[in-house]
Amino acid sequence: MLEIKCPYCGPRFETEFSYGGEAHIERPKDSENLSDEQWGEYVFMNSNTKGVFLERWVHTSGCRRWFNVARDTVSYQILAVYETGTKAPKLDLRKDV
Amino acid sequence: MKSRYSIFSLMRNALSYHEKWPEAWRSPEPKSSYDVVIVGGGGHGLATAYYLAKIHGIRNVAVIERGWLGGGNTGRNTTIVRSNYLWDESAGLYEHAMKLWEGLSQELNYNVMFSQRGVMNLAHNQQDLRDIARRVNANRLNGIDSEFLTPHQVKDLVPIIDLRGNGRYPVLGASNQRRGGTARHDAVAWGYARRADEHGVDIIQECPVNGFEIENGKVTGVQTAKGLIKAKKVGVVVAGHSSVTAEMAGIRLPLVSHPLQALVSEPVKPVIDTVVMSNAIHAYISQSDKGELVIGAGVDKYVGYGQRGSLPVTEETLAAICELFPSLKRMRMMRQWGGIVDTCPDASPIISKTPVEGFFINCGWGTGGFKATPGSGWVFADTIANDRPHPLNEAFSLERFNSGYLVDEHGAAAVAH
Repeated sequence: MLEIKCPYCGPRFETEFSYGGEAHIERPKDSENLSDEQWGEYVFMNSNTKGVFLERWVHTSGCRRWFNVARDTVSYQILAVYETGTKAPKLDLRKDV
Repeated sequence: MKSRYSIFSLMRNALSYHEKWPEAWRSPEPKSSYDVVIVGGGGHGLATAYYLAKIHGIRNVAVIERGWLGGGNTGRNTTIVRSNYLWDESAGLYEHAMKLWEGLSQELNYNVMFSQRGVMNLAHNQQDLRDIARRVNANRLNGIDSEFLTPHQVKDLVPIIDLRGNGRYPVLGASNQRRGGTARHDAVAWGYARRADEHGVDIIQECPVNGFEIENGKVTGVQTAKGLIKAKKVGVVVAGHSSVTAEMAGIRLPLVSHPLQALVSEPVKPVIDTVVMSNAIHAYISQSDKGELVIGAGVDKYVGYGQRGSLPVTEETLAAICELFPSLKRMRMMRQWGGIVDTCPDASPIISKTPVEGFFINCGWGTGGFKATPGSGWVFADTIANDRPHPLNEAFSLERFNSGYLVDEHGAAAVAH
């Protein structure tokens, strides 16, 4: 069971949240001129990182607001929680995972 | 040539107190180069090596495994085998696997304990019923045995089920594939390993892969903990770690790795002689030959490489099992574990060539790869040997994520993700 610290409501159990997958994926701006490969990359491909991963969560059973989390996908340790639209804070990256 | 396993070899070895059985496969040091290197010593990888050697005559093959044979998802799944998938492409692939399962113990001279006890998928609401009816009909058009069961027929086959589902999960019907069932998962890895070894395949365990040698867009070797191994072709079949491994070759995949968990109960007398699955509530159950109830749960919703599942998922699954099978309420669970499954956006696998020449990938089996083990190895071996996809896996290319020709099997995949 993860304990996630919602930036708006404080620490709650993972069951209150829904998962939004990888963070910081930008919708391509020049969309009418994209090739099929570029669309495929945007729609389907993802980094599926083993180690520190930046991801989106939404507090479904609470404030219903989205935010970003930096989490280690091996130890599941949550390293940082930060607001949507902001850059990830500098993290003490573990190289050994 | 190794001795065949038979009643006679069993009796002969009984006379020497079973202390003189020959090793089932060698543990050689890797050679400096191979025609084909398979990365991943699970069922799929070992099956690939076996069919490469047996059907395609490519015997200069190595299987490289980070841990031990079948120590990943091959040894962590709930051993269910079925082929009742919706689309023609999937039906072809999974039914091919099913036909190989039916002769596998003889083929491998190894008892994989394939038991065609039937696999049932329950419907709990009107939409489930419609989906199941559609899938049953699609299966029959593809020549796959599949039938629709009324609630009373379900009750006849599974007397311990509560058709009211305690009011919460009423059973309105089910689909049933009688040729489906279970198989001993470890035996599948060991059987393929033994036969592949017999055909000259080198099986190298405890040897993690650190990278790939690529020259002018063509793979030339594999960097491992035991040094550089040259290879003309490389096949990667590493399930949960597919994204991580493909990234070493500069290839991006559309996969998301989730922990998927399962548990077994204390052993009891026979209470259920088929497999009951419920797509809607992420719970499925069967009984092993030892008497343990084998229960499969859903995936953790987040990306995870820890081979363990989270408690809320366990609770949800067991709550559903208790409502469907009230007599199991006081059973105690003995073990719980997790495996990392590589889920694909369309819940179908990727068995494909890649932008890197000579580099092949077989991944994205997600929550349901075990059932396809023989078929997966068979088509992957054919793809590697001939450097083009076999008609059975043509639709399962990496290219489909550009063309949009997805094979959506979320309904038949049984574990939602």
